[in-house]
Amino acid sequence: MSALIRAQNLSVSHPGADRPVISQIDMHIDPAEIVTVVGPNGSGKSTLVRALLGQVALSSGRVDRLSGLRIGYVPQRVHIERAMPMTVRRFLSLPQRVGDAQAAQVLERTGVPGLEKRQIVSLSGGQFQRVLLARALLNAPQLLVLDEPTQGLDQPGIVAFYKLIEEVRAETGAAVLMVSHDLLVVMRASDRVVCLNGHVCCQGTPQAVSAAPAYRALFGAESQGTLALYRHHHDHDHDHVEPGHDHDHVHGPGCTHDHSKG
Amino acid sequence: MLDDFMIRALLAGLGLVLATGTLGSIVVWRRMAYFGDSTAHAAILGVALSFAFALPFYVGTLAVAVAMALAVAWLSARGQGVDTVLGVISHSALAAGLVAVSFVPSLRVNLESYLFGDILAVSRADLIWIWSGAILVLGLLIWRWQRVVTASVNEELALASGISPERERLILSLALAIVVAIAIRIVGALLISALLIIPAAAARGFSRTPEQMAGSATLIGALAVICGLWGSLTFDTPAGASIVVISAAFYALSLVFYGKE
Repeated sequence: MSALIRAQNLSVSHPGADRPVISQIDMHIDPAEIVTVVGPNGSGKSTLVRALLGQVALSSGRVDRLSGLRIGYVPQRVHIERAMPMTVRRFLSLPQRVGDAQAAQVLERTGVPGLEKRQIVSLSGGQFQRVLLARALLNAPQLLVLDEPTQGLDQPGIVAFYKLIEEVRAETGAAVLMVSHDLLVVMRASDRVVCLNGHVCCQGTPQAVSAAPAYRALFGAESQGTLALYRHHHDHDHDHVEPGHDHDHVHGPGCTHDHSKG
Repeated sequence: MLDDFMIRALLAGLGLVLATGTLGSIVVWRRMAYFGDSTAHAAILGVALSFAFALPFYVGTLAVAVAMALAVAWLSARGQGVDTVLGVISHSALAAGLVAVSFVPSLRVNLESYLFGDILAVSRADLIWIWSGAILVLGLLIWRWQRVVTASVNEELALASGISPERERLILSLALAIVVAIAIRIVGALLISALLIIPAAAARGFSRTPEQMAGSATLIGALAVICGLWGSLTFDTPAGASIVVISAAFYALSLVFYGKE
Protein backbone atom coordinates (compact mmCIF):
# COMPACT_ATOMS: atom_id res chain seq x y z
CA MET A 1 0.00 0.00 0.00
CA SER A 2 1.34 3.40 -0.88
CA ALA A 3 2.02 6.26 1.52
CA LEU A 4 -0.93 8.44 2.66
CA ILE A 5 1.19 11.55 2.43
CA ARG A 6 4.62 11.91 0.89
CA ALA A 7 6.69 15.09 0.99
CA GLN A 8 9.66 15.52 -1.28
CA ASN A 9 12.24 18.26 -0.91
CA LEU A 10 9.60 20.38 0.85
CA SER A 11 10.46 23.96 1.85
CA VAL A 12 8.27 26.70 3.30
CA SER A 13 9.22 30.35 3.78
CA HIS A 14 7.22 33.04 5.51
CA PRO A 15 6.88 36.15 3.35
CA GLY A 16 9.61 38.64 4.14
CA ALA A 17 11.70 36.20 6.19
CA ASP A 18 15.27 35.68 5.06
CA ARG A 19 15.46 32.00 6.01
CA PRO A 20 12.95 29.26 5.20
CA VAL A 21 11.02 27.97 8.23
CA ILE A 22 11.51 24.41 7.04
CA SER A 23 13.67 23.26 4.16
CA GLN A 24 14.32 20.16 2.11
CA ILE A 25 12.02 17.90 4.05
CA ASP A 26 11.62 14.35 2.78
CA MET A 27 9.14 12.30 4.75
CA HIS A 28 6.11 10.10 4.35
CA ILE A 29 3.31 8.60 6.39
CA ASP A 30 2.25 5.02 5.75
CA PRO A 31 -1.20 3.63 6.56
CA ALA A 32 -1.76 2.74 10.21
CA GLU A 33 1.58 3.95 11.51
CA ILE A 34 2.13 6.50 14.26
CA VAL A 35 4.65 9.12 13.19
CA THR A 36 5.72 11.79 15.62
CA VAL A 37 7.51 14.99 14.76
CA VAL A 38 9.71 16.23 17.58
CA GLY A 39 11.86 19.31 17.69
CA PRO A 40 12.59 22.37 19.80
CA ASN A 41 10.38 25.47 19.80
CA GLY A 42 10.61 27.32 16.51
CA SER A 43 11.86 24.26 14.66
CA GLY A 44 8.93 24.43 12.23
CA LYS A 45 6.86 21.50 13.54
CA SER A 46 3.48 23.19 13.13
CA THR A 47 4.49 24.66 9.78
CA LEU A 48 5.47 21.18 8.58
CA VAL A 49 2.07 19.83 9.60
CA ARG A 50 0.23 22.65 7.83
CA ALA A 51 2.34 22.13 4.73
CA LEU A 52 1.55 18.41 4.73
CA LEU A 53 -2.15 19.27 5.06
CA GLY A 54 -1.91 21.76 2.21
CA GLN A 55 -2.78 24.77 4.37
CA VAL A 56 0.31 26.81 3.53
CA ALA A 57 1.99 27.58 0.22
CA LEU A 58 5.21 25.70 -0.47
CA SER A 59 8.25 27.63 -1.61
CA SER A 60 9.68 24.50 -3.19
CA GLY A 61 9.25 20.74 -3.33
CA ARG A 62 6.01 18.83 -3.41
CA VAL A 63 3.49 17.10 -1.19
CA ASP A 64 1.45 14.20 -2.53
CA ARG A 65 -1.63 13.16 -0.65
CA LEU A 66 -3.56 10.00 -1.42
CA SER A 67 -6.55 11.17 -3.41
CA GLY A 68 -9.67 11.49 -1.27
CA LEU A 69 -7.62 11.14 1.90
CA ARG A 70 -9.85 11.64 4.95
CA ILE A 71 -8.04 13.57 7.65
CA GLY A 72 -9.14 14.15 11.25
CA TYR A 73 -7.40 17.20 12.65
CA VAL A 74 -6.82 18.35 16.21
CA PRO A 75 -5.11 21.74 16.10
CA GLN A 76 -2.79 23.21 18.67
CA ARG A 77 -4.20 25.24 21.58
CA VAL A 78 -7.87 25.38 20.70
CA HIS A 79 -9.29 28.25 22.68
CA ILE A 80 -13.06 28.51 22.92
CA GLU A 81 -14.33 31.99 23.65
CA ARG A 82 -16.31 32.08 26.90
CA ALA A 83 -18.73 34.48 25.24
CA MET A 84 -19.80 31.65 22.96
CA PRO A 85 -22.22 29.15 24.48
CA MET A 86 -21.36 25.74 23.10
CA THR A 87 -22.33 22.29 24.25
CA VAL A 88 -20.18 19.28 23.46
CA ARG A 89 -23.01 17.92 21.33
CA ARG A 90 -23.25 21.09 19.24
CA PHE A 91 -19.49 21.24 18.88
CA LEU A 92 -19.41 17.78 17.35
CA SER A 93 -21.77 19.02 14.63
CA LEU A 94 -19.32 21.64 13.34
CA PRO A 95 -19.18 22.06 10.45
CA GLN A 96 -20.97 18.85 9.37
CA ARG A 97 -24.05 17.93 11.34
CA VAL A 98 -23.93 14.42 12.80
CA GLY A 99 -26.59 12.24 14.40
CA ASP A 100 -26.96 11.72 18.15
CA ALA A 101 -25.99 8.06 17.90
CA GLN A 102 -22.76 8.83 16.10
CA ALA A 103 -21.93 11.63 18.54
CA ALA A 104 -22.48 9.30 21.50
CA GLN A 105 -20.36 6.63 19.85
CA VAL A 106 -17.26 8.79 19.29
CA LEU A 107 -17.47 10.21 22.83
CA GLU A 108 -17.67 6.65 24.17
CA ARG A 109 -14.68 5.67 22.02
CA THR A 110 -12.51 8.50 23.37
CA GLY A 111 -13.42 7.73 26.95
CA VAL A 112 -15.73 10.65 27.68
CA PRO A 113 -19.25 9.15 27.31
CA GLY A 114 -22.27 11.21 28.26
CA LEU A 115 -20.63 14.63 28.03
CA GLU A 116 -23.05 15.81 25.31
CA LYS A 117 -24.89 18.42 27.38
CA ARG A 118 -21.84 19.90 29.07
CA GLN A 119 -20.56 23.32 28.07
CA ILE A 120 -17.19 23.12 26.32
CA VAL A 121 -15.70 25.80 28.57
CA SER A 122 -16.61 23.79 31.68
CA LEU A 123 -14.54 20.77 30.61
CA SER A 124 -11.15 19.94 32.08
CA GLY A 125 -8.14 20.06 29.76
CA GLY A 126 -8.09 16.27 29.44
CA GLN A 127 -11.80 16.03 28.70
CA PHE A 128 -11.58 18.76 26.09
CA GLN A 129 -8.68 17.03 24.31
CA ARG A 130 -10.78 13.87 24.17
CA VAL A 131 -13.74 15.77 22.79
CA LEU A 132 -11.47 17.28 20.11
CA LEU A 133 -10.23 13.80 19.28
CA ALA A 134 -13.83 12.53 19.16
CA ARG A 135 -14.70 15.27 16.69
CA ALA A 136 -11.69 14.37 14.57
CA LEU A 137 -12.88 10.73 14.46
CA LEU A 138 -16.32 11.60 13.07
CA ASN A 139 -15.47 11.29 9.40
CA ALA A 140 -13.72 7.91 9.85
CA PRO A 141 -10.30 9.41 9.05
CA GLN A 142 -7.50 7.47 7.39
CA LEU A 143 -5.08 9.87 9.02
CA LEU A 144 -5.34 11.63 12.37
CA VAL A 145 -3.26 14.77 12.73
CA LEU A 146 -2.63 15.97 16.27
CA ASP A 147 -0.64 19.14 16.90
CA GLU A 148 0.69 19.16 20.47
CA PRO A 149 -2.34 17.23 21.69
CA THR A 150 -1.24 16.95 25.31
CA GLN A 151 -0.37 20.56 26.02
CA GLY A 152 -1.62 21.53 29.44
CA LEU A 153 -2.22 17.95 30.60
CA ASP A 154 -0.50 16.50 33.65
CA GLN A 155 1.79 13.48 33.37
CA PRO A 156 -0.85 10.78 33.99
CA GLY A 157 -3.15 12.61 31.59
CA ILE A 158 -0.46 12.61 28.91
CA VAL A 159 0.23 8.90 29.31
CA ALA A 160 -3.50 8.09 29.21
CA PHE A 161 -3.97 10.20 26.11
CA TYR A 162 -1.20 8.45 24.17
CA LYS A 163 -2.61 5.11 25.24
CA LEU A 164 -5.95 6.20 23.82
CA ILE A 165 -4.28 7.19 20.53
CA GLU A 166 -2.74 3.72 20.25
CA GLU A 167 -6.11 2.11 20.95
CA VAL A 168 -7.81 4.21 18.31
CA ARG A 169 -5.11 3.35 15.80
CA ALA A 170 -5.40 -0.35 16.58
CA GLU A 171 -9.17 -0.23 16.28
CA THR A 172 -9.65 1.97 13.23
CA GLY A 173 -6.40 1.38 11.38
CA ALA A 174 -5.96 5.15 11.02
CA ALA A 175 -2.43 6.44 10.68
CA VAL A 176 -1.45 9.13 13.19
CA LEU A 177 0.75 12.13 12.64
CA MET A 178 1.60 13.87 15.89
CA VAL A 179 3.61 16.90 16.84
CA SER A 180 4.95 16.87 20.33
CA HIS A 181 7.69 17.79 22.68
CA ASP A 182 6.79 15.30 25.39
CA LEU A 183 9.89 13.36 24.40
CA LEU A 184 9.66 10.67 27.03
CA VAL A 185 6.17 9.51 26.27
CA VAL A 186 6.19 10.17 22.55
CA MET A 187 9.17 7.94 22.04
CA ARG A 188 7.26 5.09 23.54
CA ALA A 189 4.02 5.65 21.67
CA SER A 190 5.42 6.14 18.16
CA ASP A 191 6.35 3.74 15.39
CA ARG A 192 8.56 6.32 13.80
CA VAL A 193 10.01 9.63 14.92
CA VAL A 194 11.01 12.56 12.75
CA CYS A 195 13.41 14.87 14.50
CA LEU A 196 13.05 18.36 13.10
CA ASN A 197 15.03 21.55 13.42
CA GLY A 198 14.25 23.50 10.28
CA HIS A 199 15.27 20.40 8.37
CA VAL A 200 15.02 16.71 9.15
CA CYS A 201 17.90 15.97 11.48
CA CYS A 202 17.15 12.31 11.70
CA GLN A 203 14.22 9.98 11.36
CA GLY A 204 13.58 6.34 12.09
CA THR A 205 12.38 4.09 14.85
CA PRO A 206 12.31 5.67 18.30
CA GLN A 207 15.21 3.49 19.30
CA ALA A 208 17.33 4.50 16.33
CA VAL A 209 16.48 8.17 16.71
CA SER A 210 17.12 8.32 20.42
CA ALA A 211 20.58 6.91 19.79
CA ALA A 212 21.32 9.27 16.92
CA PRO A 213 23.95 11.92 17.68
CA ALA A 214 21.90 14.62 15.92
CA TYR A 215 18.92 13.94 18.18
CA ARG A 216 21.06 13.92 21.29
CA ALA A 217 22.75 17.14 20.27
CA LEU A 218 19.36 18.76 19.71
CA PHE A 219 17.74 17.75 22.97
CA GLY A 220 20.79 17.52 25.20
CA ALA A 221 20.23 16.13 28.66
CA GLU A 222 16.58 15.32 28.04
CA SER A 223 17.53 12.87 25.28
CA GLN A 224 19.61 10.86 27.73
CA GLY A 225 16.46 10.26 29.70
CA THR A 226 14.61 9.13 26.60
CA LEU A 227 17.30 6.68 25.69
CA ALA A 228 17.42 5.29 29.18
CA LEU A 229 13.65 5.02 29.31
CA TYR A 230 13.53 3.47 25.90
CA ARG A 231 16.08 0.82 26.76
CA HIS A 232 14.43 0.20 30.08
CA HIS A 233 11.09 -0.12 28.40
CA HIS A 234 12.40 -2.68 25.96
CA ASP A 235 14.42 -4.64 28.44
CA HIS A 236 11.27 -5.34 30.38
CA ASP A 237 8.77 -5.67 27.65
CA HIS A 238 9.71 -8.73 25.67
CA ASP A 239 6.23 -9.27 24.29
CA HIS A 240 6.40 -6.03 22.42
CA VAL A 241 6.54 -6.76 18.73
CA GLU A 242 8.07 -4.19 16.47
CA PRO A 243 5.73 -3.15 13.69
CA GLY A 244 6.72 -4.51 10.34
CA HIS A 245 8.40 -1.33 9.22
CA ASP A 246 12.01 -1.45 8.32
CA HIS A 247 13.16 2.04 9.09
CA ASP A 248 16.78 2.56 9.70
CA HIS A 249 17.41 6.03 10.89
CA VAL A 250 18.68 8.42 8.28
CA HIS A 251 20.58 11.60 8.88
CA GLY A 252 19.26 14.62 7.11
CA PRO A 253 21.64 16.45 4.83
CA GLY A 254 23.93 18.90 6.55
CA CYS A 255 22.97 18.95 10.24
CA THR A 256 24.83 22.20 10.64
CA HIS A 257 22.44 24.09 12.88
CA ASP A 258 23.69 25.96 15.88
CA HIS A 259 23.16 24.07 19.12
CA SER A 260 24.46 26.76 21.42
CA LYS A 261 21.00 28.24 22.05
CA GLY A 262 20.07 24.91 23.53
CA MET B 1 -52.01 51.78 10.54
CA LEU B 2 -48.67 52.86 9.07
CA ASP B 3 -49.84 56.46 9.40
CA ASP B 4 -49.08 56.32 13.08
CA PHE B 5 -45.44 57.34 13.69
CA MET B 6 -45.29 55.08 16.74
CA ILE B 7 -46.28 52.04 14.68
CA ARG B 8 -43.66 52.93 12.08
CA ALA B 9 -41.04 53.38 14.80
CA LEU B 10 -41.98 50.03 16.31
CA LEU B 11 -41.77 48.26 12.94
CA ALA B 12 -38.43 49.92 12.20
CA GLY B 13 -37.00 48.84 15.55
CA LEU B 14 -38.27 45.28 15.23
CA GLY B 15 -36.92 45.05 11.68
CA LEU B 16 -33.50 46.13 12.87
CA VAL B 17 -33.32 43.66 15.78
CA LEU B 18 -34.20 40.87 13.37
CA ALA B 19 -30.65 41.32 12.05
CA THR B 20 -28.83 42.64 15.13
CA GLY B 21 -29.75 39.73 17.41
CA THR B 22 -27.91 37.18 15.29
CA LEU B 23 -25.19 39.46 13.94
CA GLY B 24 -24.62 40.92 17.41
CA SER B 25 -24.07 37.44 18.85
CA ILE B 26 -21.41 36.79 16.22
CA VAL B 27 -19.86 40.19 16.93
CA VAL B 28 -19.61 39.22 20.62
CA TRP B 29 -18.10 35.78 19.87
CA ARG B 30 -15.54 37.17 17.51
CA ARG B 31 -14.75 40.32 19.51
CA MET B 32 -15.70 42.52 16.58
CA ALA B 33 -17.24 45.23 18.78
CA TYR B 34 -14.57 47.75 17.89
CA PHE B 35 -15.06 46.91 14.24
CA GLY B 36 -18.78 47.68 14.54
CA ASP B 37 -18.08 50.98 16.27
CA SER B 38 -15.56 51.96 13.63
CA THR B 39 -17.89 51.12 10.76
CA ALA B 40 -20.65 53.15 12.37
CA HIS B 41 -18.41 56.19 12.90
CA ALA B 42 -17.16 56.02 9.33
CA ALA B 43 -20.77 55.97 8.15
CA ILE B 44 -21.11 59.65 9.13
CA LEU B 45 -18.95 60.39 6.09
CA GLY B 46 -21.50 58.42 4.09
CA VAL B 47 -24.31 60.59 5.44
CA ALA B 48 -22.48 63.75 4.37
CA LEU B 49 -21.67 62.33 0.92
CA SER B 50 -25.28 61.27 0.33
CA PHE B 51 -26.45 64.81 1.02
CA ALA B 52 -23.68 66.39 -1.03
CA PHE B 53 -24.44 64.23 -4.09
CA ALA B 54 -28.21 64.04 -3.53
CA LEU B 55 -28.10 60.25 -3.21
CA PRO B 56 -30.51 58.23 -1.11
CA PHE B 57 -29.14 58.32 2.41
CA TYR B 58 -28.87 54.51 2.63
CA VAL B 59 -26.82 54.28 -0.57
CA GLY B 60 -24.17 56.71 0.70
CA THR B 61 -23.80 55.15 4.16
CA LEU B 62 -23.76 51.63 2.76
CA ALA B 63 -21.10 52.57 0.19
CA VAL B 64 -18.83 54.11 2.82
CA ALA B 65 -19.39 51.24 5.29
CA VAL B 66 -18.61 48.64 2.60
CA ALA B 67 -15.58 50.61 1.40
CA MET B 68 -14.31 50.68 4.95
CA ALA B 69 -14.81 46.94 5.45
CA LEU B 70 -12.88 46.23 2.24
CA ALA B 71 -10.13 48.69 3.12
CA VAL B 72 -9.68 47.12 6.55
CA ALA B 73 -9.55 43.62 5.05
CA TRP B 74 -7.07 44.76 2.41
CA LEU B 75 -4.77 46.58 4.84
CA SER B 76 -4.81 43.91 7.53
CA ALA B 77 -3.98 41.26 4.92
CA ARG B 78 -0.86 43.35 4.29
CA GLY B 79 0.35 42.95 7.82
CA GLN B 80 -1.07 46.12 9.38
CA GLY B 81 -2.49 45.66 12.89
CA VAL B 82 -6.28 45.46 12.69
CA ASP B 83 -6.78 47.78 15.68
CA THR B 84 -4.54 50.41 14.15
CA VAL B 85 -6.13 50.15 10.73
CA LEU B 86 -9.61 50.45 12.23
CA GLY B 87 -8.62 53.41 14.36
CA VAL B 88 -7.02 55.24 11.44
CA ILE B 89 -9.82 54.60 8.96
CA SER B 90 -12.81 55.13 11.23
CA HIS B 91 -11.59 58.31 12.84
CA SER B 92 -10.35 59.72 9.54
CA ALA B 93 -13.72 58.96 7.98
CA LEU B 94 -15.60 60.44 10.96
CA ALA B 95 -13.46 63.58 10.86
CA ALA B 96 -13.80 63.87 7.09
CA GLY B 97 -17.55 63.37 7.53
CA LEU B 98 -17.80 66.18 10.11
CA VAL B 99 -15.78 68.47 7.82
CA ALA B 100 -17.96 67.54 4.86
CA VAL B 101 -21.12 68.13 6.88
CA SER B 102 -20.07 71.75 7.43
CA PHE B 103 -20.37 72.27 3.67
CA VAL B 104 -23.96 71.01 3.66
CA PRO B 105 -25.92 73.67 5.56
CA SER B 106 -29.17 71.70 5.81
CA LEU B 107 -27.35 68.74 7.33
CA ARG B 108 -25.46 70.87 9.83
CA VAL B 109 -28.73 71.55 11.58
CA ASN B 110 -29.82 67.94 12.09
CA LEU B 111 -26.45 66.17 12.41
CA GLU B 112 -27.53 65.14 15.86
CA SER B 113 -30.26 62.93 14.44
CA TYR B 114 -27.59 60.91 12.59
CA LEU B 115 -25.37 60.61 15.63
CA PHE B 116 -28.18 59.58 17.97
CA GLY B 117 -30.88 58.42 15.59
CA ASP B 118 -34.44 59.55 15.17
CA ILE B 119 -36.62 56.48 15.18
CA LEU B 120 -39.79 58.56 15.55
CA ALA B 121 -39.12 60.20 12.17
CA VAL B 122 -39.02 56.91 10.24
CA SER B 123 -40.95 57.06 6.95
CA ARG B 124 -42.60 54.30 4.92
CA ALA B 125 -39.64 54.33 2.53
CA ASP B 126 -37.30 53.91 5.51
CA LEU B 127 -39.29 50.86 6.57
CA ILE B 128 -38.74 49.24 3.19
CA TRP B 129 -34.97 49.88 3.36
CA ILE B 130 -34.75 48.65 6.96
CA TRP B 131 -36.72 45.45 6.44
CA SER B 132 -35.01 44.60 3.13
CA GLY B 133 -31.61 45.14 4.70
CA ALA B 134 -32.44 43.14 7.81
CA ILE B 135 -33.86 40.20 5.85
CA LEU B 136 -30.84 40.27 3.54
CA VAL B 137 -28.44 40.16 6.50
CA LEU B 138 -30.37 37.43 8.30
CA GLY B 139 -30.55 35.37 5.11
CA LEU B 140 -26.81 35.79 4.55
CA LEU B 141 -26.06 34.67 8.11
CA ILE B 142 -28.40 31.65 7.93
CA TRP B 143 -26.83 30.64 4.63
CA ARG B 144 -23.26 30.81 6.07
CA TRP B 145 -24.23 29.73 9.60
CA GLN B 146 -22.30 26.45 10.04
CA ARG B 147 -19.21 27.97 8.45
CA VAL B 148 -19.40 31.19 10.46
CA VAL B 149 -19.88 29.33 13.75
CA THR B 150 -17.01 26.94 13.00
CA ALA B 151 -14.70 29.79 12.05
CA SER B 152 -15.74 31.66 15.21
CA VAL B 153 -14.95 28.65 17.40
CA ASN B 154 -11.50 28.15 15.94
CA GLU B 155 -9.94 29.26 12.68
CA GLU B 156 -7.60 26.28 12.43
CA LEU B 157 -10.47 23.84 12.80
CA ALA B 158 -12.32 25.78 10.13
CA LEU B 159 -9.33 25.77 7.81
CA ALA B 160 -8.92 22.01 8.23
CA SER B 161 -12.58 21.58 7.25
CA GLY B 162 -12.07 23.51 4.04
CA ILE B 163 -13.62 26.75 5.35
CA SER B 164 -11.82 29.99 4.59
CA PRO B 165 -11.86 32.17 7.73
CA GLU B 166 -10.97 35.22 5.65
CA ARG B 167 -13.97 34.79 3.41
CA GLU B 168 -16.32 34.42 6.40
CA ARG B 169 -14.75 37.50 7.98
CA LEU B 170 -15.35 39.50 4.82
CA ILE B 171 -18.96 38.34 4.65
CA LEU B 172 -19.49 39.40 8.27
CA SER B 173 -17.94 42.79 7.53
CA LEU B 174 -20.39 43.27 4.69
CA ALA B 175 -23.32 42.20 6.90
CA LEU B 176 -22.14 44.70 9.48
CA ALA B 177 -21.95 47.44 6.85
CA ILE B 178 -25.58 46.77 5.85
CA VAL B 179 -26.73 46.81 9.49
CA VAL B 180 -24.91 50.08 10.12
CA ALA B 181 -26.57 51.66 7.10
CA ILE B 182 -30.06 50.67 8.22
CA ALA B 183 -29.47 51.38 11.91
CA ILE B 184 -28.24 54.97 11.64
CA ARG B 185 -31.80 56.24 11.26
CA ILE B 186 -32.96 54.32 14.29
CA VAL B 187 -30.31 54.50 17.02
CA GLY B 188 -27.69 56.69 15.34
CA ALA B 189 -24.01 56.14 14.62
CA LEU B 190 -22.99 56.32 18.26
CA LEU B 191 -25.37 53.67 19.59
CA ILE B 192 -25.34 51.02 16.84
CA SER B 193 -22.72 48.93 18.62
CA ALA B 194 -24.81 49.07 21.78
CA LEU B 195 -27.75 47.52 19.98
CA LEU B 196 -25.47 44.81 18.57
CA ILE B 197 -23.61 43.94 21.72
CA ILE B 198 -25.86 44.51 24.73
CA PRO B 199 -28.79 42.20 23.80
CA ALA B 200 -26.29 39.50 22.73
CA ALA B 201 -24.35 39.87 25.97
CA ALA B 202 -27.63 39.64 27.90
CA ALA B 203 -28.63 36.54 25.91
CA ARG B 204 -25.38 34.77 26.81
CA GLY B 205 -26.65 34.15 30.35
CA PHE B 206 -29.72 32.30 29.09
CA SER B 207 -28.12 30.26 26.32
CA ARG B 208 -26.44 26.89 25.94
CA THR B 209 -25.85 26.86 22.19
CA PRO B 210 -24.97 29.49 19.57
CA GLU B 211 -28.47 29.21 18.09
CA GLN B 212 -30.16 29.80 21.45
CA MET B 213 -27.99 32.85 21.97
CA ALA B 214 -28.86 34.34 18.57
CA GLY B 215 -32.57 33.67 19.21
CA SER B 216 -32.54 35.07 22.75
CA ALA B 217 -30.61 38.15 21.62
CA THR B 218 -33.26 38.80 18.98
CA LEU B 219 -36.03 38.39 21.55
CA ILE B 220 -34.31 40.64 24.10
CA GLY B 221 -33.67 43.23 21.39
CA ALA B 222 -37.35 43.15 20.41
CA LEU B 223 -38.46 43.58 24.05
CA ALA B 224 -36.01 46.45 24.44
CA VAL B 225 -37.45 48.16 21.36
CA ILE B 226 -41.02 47.76 22.63
CA CYS B 227 -40.25 48.86 26.20
CA GLY B 228 -37.88 51.60 25.06
CA LEU B 229 -40.44 53.13 22.71
CA TRP B 230 -43.14 52.92 25.36
CA GLY B 231 -40.81 54.60 27.87
CA SER B 232 -39.86 57.25 25.37
CA LEU B 233 -43.53 58.05 24.74
CA THR B 234 -44.47 57.98 28.41
CA PHE B 235 -41.54 59.88 29.89
CA ASP B 236 -40.61 61.93 26.83
CA THR B 237 -37.06 60.52 26.68
CA PRO B 238 -34.91 60.07 23.53
CA ALA B 239 -36.14 56.87 21.86
CA GLY B 240 -32.82 55.37 20.66
CA ALA B 241 -31.15 55.91 24.01
CA SER B 242 -34.18 54.51 25.88
CA ILE B 243 -33.96 51.28 23.84
CA VAL B 244 -30.30 50.91 24.75
CA VAL B 245 -31.01 51.62 28.44
CA ILE B 246 -33.66 48.86 28.51
CA SER B 247 -31.18 46.47 26.82
CA ALA B 248 -28.66 47.28 29.53
CA ALA B 249 -31.30 46.49 32.18
CA PHE B 250 -31.81 43.06 30.55
CA TYR B 251 -28.06 42.56 30.63
CA ALA B 252 -27.94 43.33 34.35
CA LEU B 253 -30.81 40.88 34.89
CA SER B 254 -29.01 38.18 32.88
CA LEU B 255 -26.01 38.32 35.21
CA VAL B 256 -28.18 36.62 37.81
CA PHE B 257 -28.56 33.62 35.51
CA TYR B 258 -25.04 33.58 34.11
CA GLY B 259 -22.87 30.74 35.24
CA LYS B 260 -25.76 28.61 36.49
CA GLU B 261 -25.32 25.33 34.68
